Amino acid sequence: MSSERLFSLRNRWFATAAGVTALIAVASATVGFVWLPLLQPTAGFAGLWDAICSAAGLVRAVPVAEPVVQANYKTTNVNLSSKVPGNSSAISIGRGATLAMQCTMCHGARGLSEADSPNLAGQYALAIFKQLQDYKSGARISAIMGPRVVTLTDQDMHDLAAYYAYLPRLPAYHPATARPTPRIVESGAPMRNIAPCASCHGSIDYKGGSPWLEGESPVYLMTQLNAFASGARHNDISQQMRNIARGMSPAEIEAAALYYASQP
Amino acid sequence: MLHSRRLILAHFWLAFAGFGVALILGEWQMFIRSPLSAWIGNPEWYYRSVTAHGTAMAYVFPTLVAMGFGYAITEAALKRPLIGGNWAWAGFALVAAGTVTAVIPVSLGLASVLYTFYPPMIGSPFYYIGVVLVVAGSWIWVALMSVNLYTWKRANPDTPVPLAMFANVAGSYLWAWTAVGAAIELLFQILPAALGLTTTIDAGLARVFFSWTLHAIVYFWLMPTYIAYYTIIPRAIGGRLFSDPMARISFALFLVVAMPIGVHHLFADPQVGAGFKFMHSVFTALVALPTLLTVFTICASVEIAGRLRGGKGVFGWITALPWRNPMMLAVTFSFVMLGFGGAGGLINMSYQLDASIHNTQWITGHFHLIFGGAIVIMYFAIAYDLWPHLTGKALDSFRMMRIQLWSWFVGMIVLTFPWHYVGILGMPRRMAFYDYTDPAIAPQAVSVIASVIGGAILVVSGALFVAVLVRGHMAVRVEPGEYRFSVAAHQPARVPAALNGFGLWVSLMLALTVINYGFPIVHLMSLRNTSVPVVWIGAPR
Repeated sequence: MSSERLFSLRNRWFATAAGVTALIAVASATVGFVWLPLLQPTAGFAGLWDAICSAAGLVRAVPVAEPVVQANYKTTNVNLSSKVPGNSSAISIGRGATLAMQCTMCHGARGLSEADSPNLAGQYALAIFKQLQDYKSGARISAIMGPRVVTLTDQDMHDLAAYYAYLPRLPAYHPATARPTPRIVESGAPMRNIAPCASCHGSIDYKGGSPWLEGESPVYLMTQLNAFASGARHNDISQQMRNIARGMSPAEIEAAALYYASQP
Repeated sequence: MLHSRRLILAHFWLAFAGFGVALILGEWQMFIRSPLSAWIGNPEWYYRSVTAHGTAMAYVFPTLVAMGFGYAITEAALKRPLIGGNWAWAGFALVAAGTVTAVIPVSLGLASVLYTFYPPMIGSPFYYIGVVLVVAGSWIWVALMSVNLYTWKRANPDTPVPLAMFANVAGSYLWAWTAVGAAIELLFQILPAALGLTTTIDAGLARVFFSWTLHAIVYFWLMPTYIAYYTIIPRAIGGRLFSDPMARISFALFLVVAMPIGVHHLFADPQVGAGFKFMHSVFTALVALPTLLTVFTICASVEIAGRLRGGKGVFGWITALPWRNPMMLAVTFSFVMLGFGGAGGLINMSYQLDASIHNTQWITGHFHLIFGGAIVIMYFAIAYDLWPHLTGKALDSFRMMRIQLWSWFVGMIVLTFPWHYVGILGMPRRMAFYDYTDPAIAPQAVSVIASVIGGAILVVSGALFVAVLVRGHMAVRVEPGEYRFSVAAHQPARVPAALNGFGLWVSLMLALTVINYGFPIVHLMSLRNTSVPVVWIGAPR
């Protein structure tokens, strides 16, 4: 055994094993790279080499297609990242507090609204910053907010976001009885491709850019969900909220809004 | 005579401890996503559990069984004490430390990425470091198997390497090479991202590297089972191994074709060309060859046992078999599950048929039937067979063993058959929540409940298994004698050099890796702008 030379073509074990392996490799490559691709008349290969390159997974010249469809409305141009909205130093918060004087009419003296406009106290800075940016760019349209953000610089928006995020998140509304969590909030509707509200807006998980919703006005929440569903509001990145709201039934929209409004 | 009994027992007990915990987690997962349980409300708990279950069952449990069994084979087959006992303990310590290092971040919810990693998801670096330590520990075992074999060969140049040792070293070489894919993925792609050195990752390339490991790892899990088929079963049921060279050819073929076939896991991935997918499909089909050789050889060996026991005629030998012998039950159940699992596998490896079940519960059913069923039931058999030699005490709870093996078989069938079925209906895998109130999937509820029941039977069976072994430790002291392997009907005095070493087969394995993986990897590495931002799991956002 020890004297037998293994790596020699005279050794029939070596010759057979290597030969059969090579034969199978060549045969399967011929079928996979040549025969099968050429069997597809609709693939439109320029020739044999083109077919082989395609089967090898090479990125080939993309056929000239129709131009990419552009939205006929303004979409958001905010890039969310952990670096936005920047630091929230005491100076930034102080500047934000001064700037926020002009917001008190609707959003309350300490960020807690008595109208049906959103409470901002304690809201995530990232969420506030993004909405301010979108109002300014026109991605989100509001006759009230639009004119007020025209003069705000990026730094102003950072400061406002830092100030509101700094304020304590006091509940504006204390429900007498807590509501059970609706199914749409807790588990979504997987068969309709609707993720649970709680998987982005907190309680299960929080995804950057989404606001917390607890204690917000139910009227405001319902209005926004309906606006997403109809497409009247369209500043959500990649249609995240529009795709969800479109699939929700009116009863689910109401249940979700009432639930979040009733949460402390 | 086994010298390193404590070493081998330590491997087995750590393996079975991990197995027990993971088994309970598995049943919990089945339960909470079935219609029997209210939705737990947070999918993170589910994925955390799946990660722990997969990591323990795929990396820790089979690796430790292969290592412990490998040390036992080395001493019993070569009839000499293990060389490098201290190194073996170091390897064990690395596996144990790696397990703890990986399990802590997983339990804290910092690494719920599943055991297959799935970049661009990135969890705590400690999880990946733990897995690397487990693999590093197992590589010490690979080196020791090699050292022990070649030292023995030098001392015995004219004697064939004992079959059990030949197969054992084949398994260790297969593992050494197949682990390289995931090791490259971990060391060069995932860990830099997990440590914060990079913020993007080429997920397509990472998946190709993982596929290098992902399929052949199953054959690494399978190796102890096949070794038991060939070298334990014929002896345990009073027969002869039908053919020693046939066994060697099977193990050599596993070494060659088990690894360069992993792209069949990526049939739905766009980054690999269709030509390579076809080639991997062809080579996956070739793996059926050593399995069919094994089925033939073992059935023939069992027939020899039946005839030696007086069985006559075409089927008479079957009734003459020792059906009350747990080893006979184990190999029978294992073959039945291997048959069904293998038939399902033929569908998975076919480029066209796979499309109908890709990423459905069929796949989860398939690998539970093959690994949890055909493979693990033989791990039980190996433990039962070795235990008296490890403890020096009798293991005679035969009735309990039979109940345990029966319940494992029945439980696994009840678990996996409905699982395959809902897969055909289109039920996706890797989801934490299914809304069975929806009329579209309401009919699947019954099948899912059946699977939960199957899982519960498995938990009971797993507890019985541990009970049998514990009773073995408390039994009366016996002298088990020398540990023996099966004797072939024609025990070879000489074997060809090709079947006495691994040079030829390892060379073919490396060559096929270059042919089947070389171009896709080089091509993907050469592409620019293919990385995506990593998604942190468990990090504050």
